[in-house]
Amino acid sequence: MNNFTSTIGQPNAMSIAFFFVFVAFTLVITYFAAKKSKTASDFYAAGRSVTGFQNGLALAGDYMSAASFLGIAGLVALKGYDGLIYSIGFLVGWPLIMFLIAEPLRNLGKYTFADVVAYRLKQKPIRIAASCGSLMTVCFYLIAQMVGAGSLVNLMFGLPYELAVGIVGVVMIMYVLFGGMLATTWVQIIKAVLLLGGASVMVFMVMAKFNFNPADLFSAAAAKYGQKVLEPGGLVSNPWDALSLGIALMFGTAGLPHILMRFYTVPDAEQARKSVFYATGFISYFYILTFIIGFGAMVLVGQDVITHFDKGGNMSALLLAEVTGGTMFLGFIAAVAFATILAVVAGLTLAGAATFSHDLYVNVFRSGKTTEEEEVKMAKRATMVLGLVAMGLGLAFKGQNVAFMVGLAFAIAASGNFPALLMSILWRGMSTAGATAAIATGSVLAVGLILISPTVWVDVLGFKAAIFPWKNPALISMPAAFFAGWLGSVLAPDADASARYEDQKIRNYLGVGVE
Amino acid sequence: MHHGKIDQEAFKGLVRKKWSVSLSMTALMLIIYFGFILLLAFNRDVLAQKIGEHMTLGIPVGLAVILSACALTGLYVRWANTTYDRTVNDIIDKMKR
Repeated sequence: MNNFTSTIGQPNAMSIAFFFVFVAFTLVITYFAAKKSKTASDFYAAGRSVTGFQNGLALAGDYMSAASFLGIAGLVALKGYDGLIYSIGFLVGWPLIMFLIAEPLRNLGKYTFADVVAYRLKQKPIRIAASCGSLMTVCFYLIAQMVGAGSLVNLMFGLPYELAVGIVGVVMIMYVLFGGMLATTWVQIIKAVLLLGGASVMVFMVMAKFNFNPADLFSAAAAKYGQKVLEPGGLVSNPWDALSLGIALMFGTAGLPHILMRFYTVPDAEQARKSVFYATGFISYFYILTFIIGFGAMVLVGQDVITHFDKGGNMSALLLAEVTGGTMFLGFIAAVAFATILAVVAGLTLAGAATFSHDLYVNVFRSGKTTEEEEVKMAKRATMVLGLVAMGLGLAFKGQNVAFMVGLAFAIAASGNFPALLMSILWRGMSTAGATAAIATGSVLAVGLILISPTVWVDVLGFKAAIFPWKNPALISMPAAFFAGWLGSVLAPDADASARYEDQKIRNYLGVGVE
Repeated sequence: MHHGKIDQEAFKGLVRKKWSVSLSMTALMLIIYFGFILLLAFNRDVLAQKIGEHMTLGIPVGLAVILSACALTGLYVRWANTTYDRTVNDIIDKMKR
């Protein structure tokens, strides 16, 4: 099998052409978006003009990162069934967003999820705490994306790592800086359509070789690599660890700032709900496609060839594209993968910029007394700074093992952001001290426990045995955050905040006075 | 907006209904997902049994978990965008009168 030749790793003219078309087209959109982007509501929330369907695609675009496309397809190609377990974990958070936080988020907030937590509490402490939680989530996620971008582009085209990080950084800054949320949303929509379309074509070509019968594909896989590829393997061996990871994935989705921010782009709660439904549908479809792509790569490319190009299997989807559709299709899929990274990084940067400007600058440093121009100006400065920071982090972490960073982002989101958000919506007695304690406890425990867990203590720092036994801390850190929120509220109650709960309820459930 | 005019009974009923729907659907999703995870952890052989020449039970079960997430969100949207929103509009109409 080792006589398999591939053009992966060489500059591919097709792929560079496709990528340039994508960048040129999205920059044209950015130019028109910039003309329409004047107010703070335009910059952060696309003037609340996005429909439920469009936002559903954009949410799916924010969530379907290159890691989930290439990574999960690779996991399936090498491990078979276990890859499916992973994608299910990433999906099941979406119904929870719908049931628990979609409406309150839309009805109570303006631009960031901290708006909801701080609705009836003291602005400054809540904004500072929530900003720390948001920025940590955004930064860890950004590091994973930037390092992924650099190494991926290096593997795909043989371009230097630094150049790839630079291109992603510069183009992303242009989207966000000039086009704000409107441009970012359209970049996400285009990328989501390209990714879903490209993956669908690939699946069609794979299935054509197996009489359009999935059973034939699975049989071919079993015939080649044994029945074990269709059976659950060792991914879920420690039930506590699995439970903890499951909690982080489920509730973390409901605490990711760049996802939560998208709920402010639609006009009302009705559209917000629709957007979660469409997003869930698109993401489900996408994970089903990646499952078939993984098996397709396993059978048509072969595991030895896949690991020859990348030990982690990240090249499986691209190799399959080349086997089924030749160099041209490989070029297209590679360009889509690169565009995917670009779009996700833009969404993250915008969420970070909103936190800096809206939460910290406007509501902490200026105590809410600013003009709209000043707020947008500050948001644009924050975009520049964050873009540079993202590139810096991408360079600083070159060659490092950053696989744990996405897990860490999800753990902080599930423990630091989600409990405070849910409690402030549901519980009249939630006080400023309680919310601050919940965010602080959740974030600190999530970070601290991950540091001494096998993922960092053993895999990154190289110690023999981990102090904390599980790979993910959410099973401890999330309940601890809820407990801290309760304890803080009981010890330091806030009568004014409780009195304002009736107002909050009326706006939350009836949508009266929504911005 | 004068909250004094709000129909307190209807509003309380609305909030109660909203959370009974939301929380039961959340519970159902948690049971489905963690049921699947616990099955994987404790009784993996169930999912490994063959249901065709090579096909295992695990594949349709995994697919069913994915589809259940879609179905539950779909059901919730339908309920919220019709029944729930209609009650909301009724309460707001009464407040304006």
